[in-house]
Amino acid sequence: MSVLARFAVTALSAVPAAGAWAEQSSVNLQTPVTSVATEIYDMHTLMMIICLVIFVAVFGVMFWSVFHHRKSKGAVAAHFHENTMVEIAWTVIPVLILLGMAWPATKTVISMKDTSNPDITIKATGYQWKWGYNYIKGEGEGIQFVSNMSTPQDQIQGRAAKGEHYLLEVDNPVVVPVGKKVRILLTANDVIHAWWVPALGVKQDAIPGFIRDTWFRADKEGVYRGNCAELCGKDHGFMPIEVHVLSADKYSAWVADQQGKLAATKEDPNKEWALQELVAKGEQVFAANCAACHQADGKGMPPAFPPLDGSPIVQGDKAEQIKVVMQGRDGTAMAAFGKQLSATDLAAVITYTRNAWSNQTGEAIQPAEITAALN
Amino acid sequence: MSAVTPDQVHDDHHHHGPTGLMRWITTTNHKDIGTMYLIFSFIMFLSGGVMALTIRAELFQPGMQIVQPEFFNQLTTMHGLVMVFGAIMPAFVGFANWMLPLMIGASDMAFARMNNWSFWLLPVAAILLIGSFFVPGGATAAGWTLYAPLSVQMGMGMDLTIFAVHIMGISSIMGAINIVVTVLNMRAPGMTMMKMPLFCWTWLITAYLLIAVMPVLAGAVTMILTDRHFGTSFFNAAGGGDPVLYQHVFWFFGHPEVYIMILPAFGIVSEIIPTFARKPLFGYASMVYATASIAILSFVVWAHHMFTTGMPAATQLFFMYATMLIAVPTGVKVFNWVATMWRGSMTFETPMLWATGFIFVFTMGGFTGLICAIAPIDIQVQDTYYVVAHFHYVLVAGSLFALFAGAYYWLPKWTGVMYSEFIGKLHFWCSIIFFNITFFPMHFLGLAGMPRRIPDYALQFADFNALASIGAFGFGLSQLIFIVAVVKCVRGDGKKAAASPWEDAQGLEWTVPSPAPHHTFEIPPVVK
Repeated sequence: MSVLARFAVTALSAVPAAGAWAEQSSVNLQTPVTSVATEIYDMHTLMMIICLVIFVAVFGVMFWSVFHHRKSKGAVAAHFHENTMVEIAWTVIPVLILLGMAWPATKTVISMKDTSNPDITIKATGYQWKWGYNYIKGEGEGIQFVSNMSTPQDQIQGRAAKGEHYLLEVDNPVVVPVGKKVRILLTANDVIHAWWVPALGVKQDAIPGFIRDTWFRADKEGVYRGNCAELCGKDHGFMPIEVHVLSADKYSAWVADQQGKLAATKEDPNKEWALQELVAKGEQVFAANCAACHQADGKGMPPAFPPLDGSPIVQGDKAEQIKVVMQGRDGTAMAAFGKQLSATDLAAVITYTRNAWSNQTGEAIQPAEITAALN
Repeated sequence: MSAVTPDQVHDDHHHHGPTGLMRWITTTNHKDIGTMYLIFSFIMFLSGGVMALTIRAELFQPGMQIVQPEFFNQLTTMHGLVMVFGAIMPAFVGFANWMLPLMIGASDMAFARMNNWSFWLLPVAAILLIGSFFVPGGATAAGWTLYAPLSVQMGMGMDLTIFAVHIMGISSIMGAINIVVTVLNMRAPGMTMMKMPLFCWTWLITAYLLIAVMPVLAGAVTMILTDRHFGTSFFNAAGGGDPVLYQHVFWFFGHPEVYIMILPAFGIVSEIIPTFARKPLFGYASMVYATASIAILSFVVWAHHMFTTGMPAATQLFFMYATMLIAVPTGVKVFNWVATMWRGSMTFETPMLWATGFIFVFTMGGFTGLICAIAPIDIQVQDTYYVVAHFHYVLVAGSLFALFAGAYYWLPKWTGVMYSEFIGKLHFWCSIIFFNITFFPMHFLGLAGMPRRIPDYALQFADFNALASIGAFGFGLSQLIFIVAVVKCVRGDGKKAAASPWEDAQGLEWTVPSPAPHHTFEIPPVVK
């Protein structure tokens, strides 16, 4: 079990608010935990009340008429067909009601857009189909990780019972301190994604080639879950977001833990790996990054996602395969992994595909070769 | 004013035209073409319905059971495209073809041959669109909005869709030009603009919207095409483009498109309510002005579909205020309909039931539209099932219900036979009940946090999804009742309809016999 996962468990048991998801109303917006989300929640309630009043008034009149002004009840049709005063009234009064609605909405829009003076800045990058996070400023600077959905395929395919947080759980959650202004910078690597956590009142598209930003300040510790909200291809429904809001102390502990882990796993890029080591490591990298399209059995889902098992590229010249993996293929879902994965991971996953299924080239690609290809 | 073409003058020659299939392929008669539009759109409605039911079957329970995620995305995409471009839009054009000449006392549409051409493009487009399921890689799965860069990633199904959109766009533009020219030039003597039935007004304004925005859509999809195949970078930041540009161009088309699909519905309802309330339409002039206001406002609200793309606060506020304003003319319309019913002498034959149902359910869609217009609330509900509920309330309960209202209203004129009231009422009650079972729970799903366009969902959404799926199958099956009602009329199984089967129907269409003869108003009637 990873350190992060253990942390998740402690956070879950320590913070009573973590149960908020379970107590969540199933017919209304999620319980808000930021000022913006609270304003949205209250504004929605107000709008619902105004709409309901108008609804009852208008349809009260209509159904009164429907039941009383019937020919079968002897109603005789009147002949009026206009009334300037009435028509002006029902044009002007709605305008006034709308002005009343626009006022609080304007205030909230302005505060939503104020991303200035954050305590912590995190960059979130949307990939097909996972999120990458870089802590770029504030406490925790330098931490980076990739966050994949952790719900097993067996649960999705109905071969195992579904867990409590089915489809809303990840391997590496975003962790932030309570009460601090967190600015999220968003971008994407391939297509448009959207980073959405309802309880935080945040939804912002992640647009490839551009940076957008948004912010939140969580008032309550807990675990808040969300999804990618913009259709981004095959596994759009399977790239959740999990945010753990911790107390300042616990957050500092998490940061120390992460930074220690980062230092420990720093690999020597010039290390010579044995074929078996690379294949074993590569299998894990493949499962996390490649199997969604190319499938665990390497058969792919042709023609959109071609098979790797028996592929002439995978069995052929390694330089060509390294190029495809590092630079991606334009106009397809094949991403450029050169910037996403470490040289060691790239070497491992390429070695794995060249020595898995029916591909038995017996070649080991060393991280140094990847570094050379990068330059 | 009588701009009749030579082949219409010689009425007695029409029997010598081609028969059988060739009659339908070569026809230039507005009634034949109207009928073909209506049949085509109903076939597309059923195809899109089958896709919707497959989607609902997959979403009946959490987990993946019936389709794979990739195919699921193809289904949601094609369901949208088929329903918008194949079912709703052509159905309204079918009504325009049938009814506009009859309502304004014209002998036919202004450009009869172009009318034939604009219909026969549609089956070609439909074959490209539906056929794209069977090409390698399947149909496009980028959503009906075809957002770049996802649409740039798609297989050749995307190219087929682009060409289908081009062809349907050409068809729509030709149809729209025809309608504008017909309404402006071919009205019977004495039929001034402000004496036209409201359906003519709403369609005239709709036709202008079509001419304005269909080329914009064509431009948007052409840019996708060149980004895909010819090395341009309109939507690729690496080449100096911007993915959000696509959304601006698309929604500049897309928002007027929403009104293209609802304004003619307003027109149909405005014909039916006065007939069955036995009272003239309240506020005719304000209805015309409201329709025009909605059409003009529709060009300045497009970015409310894009509140989450991250625009400056000032832009967000502008689009929020402009969008909220649309509630005013829309409200005026609803108030006018209610005022028309007020102190009328109402009966509730099937068309009136559908029209009353339309006002009730469409207005709910209007309210959720207002809630979506509030930018901060939209941040929460954008791309969730709340939006799915909202636009089905206006497109199904709005456009589709009005189409059914109009179909029952004019079926006696089209076929010469009264439909069965029992079957019509059964169709209405099943539809409105199952419609609400299907779509009402989607508001709750969206508020509680379920994104749209996902093939599988978290466990807390299971109950409402199961309910929505049950409702969807009920709604889908209810539509088969309509086939029974129409087939009975076409086969002559029912009471013979008089020229004016309704007690207090106004309008020139009721002065010609039922069924309307092949050629009508060869000598223009005089309107007092």
